[in-house]
Amino acid sequence: MPVLTLQALTVHGVGPVDLTVAAGEVAGLTGPSGAGKSLLLRAVADLVPHGGEALLDGVPASAMPAHRWRAQVGWLPAESPWWHDTVGAHFAPCPGVDFTVLGLPAAAGDWQVSRLSTGEKQRLALLRLLCRGPVALLLDEPTSGLDAAATRRVEHHVRGYLTARRAPVIWVSHDQAQLARVADAIYILEGGTLAPLSRPGHRSAREGTNRP
Amino acid sequence: MNVIDLTPLDLALAAVLVLALAAASAWLRLGLGRQLVVSGIRTTVQLLLVGLLLKVVFDADRLLWVALMAGVMLAVAGREVMRRQQRRFAGPWGYALGTVSMFISAFSVTVLALVAVVGTRPWWEPQYAIPLLGMMLGNTMNGVALALDRLTAAAWERRDVIEARLALGETPARATAGMRRDAVRVGLTPIINAMAAAGIISLPGMMTGQILAGAPPWTAVKYQVLIMFMIAGGTGFATLAAVALGARRLFDARERLRLERLHAA
Repeated sequence: MPVLTLQALTVHGVGPVDLTVAAGEVAGLTGPSGAGKSLLLRAVADLVPHGGEALLDGVPASAMPAHRWRAQVGWLPAESPWWHDTVGAHFAPCPGVDFTVLGLPAAAGDWQVSRLSTGEKQRLALLRLLCRGPVALLLDEPTSGLDAAATRRVEHHVRGYLTARRAPVIWVSHDQAQLARVADAIYILEGGTLAPLSRPGHRSAREGTNRP
Repeated sequence: MNVIDLTPLDLALAAVLVLALAAASAWLRLGLGRQLVVSGIRTTVQLLLVGLLLKVVFDADRLLWVALMAGVMLAVAGREVMRRQQRRFAGPWGYALGTVSMFISAFSVTVLALVAVVGTRPWWEPQYAIPLLGMMLGNTMNGVALALDRLTAAAWERRDVIEARLALGETPARATAGMRRDAVRVGLTPIINAMAAAGIISLPGMMTGQILAGAPPWTAVKYQVLIMFMIAGGTGFATLAAVALGARRLFDARERLRLERLHAA
């Protein structure tokens, strides 16, 4: 039962942030542009120098090599870069990945990276992350480039992943309606301080509101 | 050896060429006249001073003098490596990175060549040690500067890729493998090309000089081959060392990319 805990996390004027995300729960994170939401996720992934500690199941990031920590807390940046020529080359550690779960053709692995649209990149980046099996998820605007149908698909897929793996998730979005759909608790980051925005209740109570 | 020594008048005649070129440049408004004249004067003064210095060091024939001169050459080469980088490491690292790599590589290869190959006695015989080291440093400096410049430029331009790969759980070594390979390749390309073209497209300067100075072509050729191999080995290992050290310095103990350690020139 992995639990993600932030203890007095501080980074560039953000924080100290204390937050506990239980296994299989989504902490929605919103706030004005430039408030430091992305920065906070990068700090949790230990990609920037920061104060305080992030812990997974009580084990602090500093107790293990950084690359092991990052493999466990899967960070999805808002814009995902691609470095090999084909899509498939990025999926080398996970052969047999199913692209159709996010509405992409099964042969997407053969695509040239240079021809990908924004929305394709975004969905493929999520698959690239999930197929490596992270224990927790840090999602930065994972559906910003997608239409309504694709957005629902992504939300559904992430929910399936966190239910199966009992993964704690921090989900950054400007779309409060989306956070109301996916999150167990919503927080707002403003002026460097994290505050609870609302508690939409337990997810099981919302399952019926999935299709408005 | 039947060397025809050159008189100052001979050199003055040659200098007329540069002056004529400067005049042509002024006439064509190329704006290179001043630079040409200043560079010409620098060449003359610098080489005269080195000539004097070499004469003193050769006459003194003492290890301390040779070591001192080698140290100065290394220090200047290290500065030049740093100067040639668009984005260099801040603080003492900017200087130390190239200098240490060149020291390890160029010095050990030169000493190896002197002791094991040429077999001079004493091994630091200045007439051999200083020219060999000079040629080593000149070329090693090029390779190291090119490689480090490529490495830091790539890390800067592709920082999002590096971070994305780190985020997927890759180690810094893996996330930068392609960039490090590229950097080493760029550093080694000049010497690989020089070896491939030697004798066909270009007659290497050292060999030409020896032949002009009256050495039998066969001896000159053998020295040139020795030099080529030394340069290849020296440049190669210095470049490998500089890229390895530089790539490490791009990250901190928590494997974070720390580009603020680079300063734009």
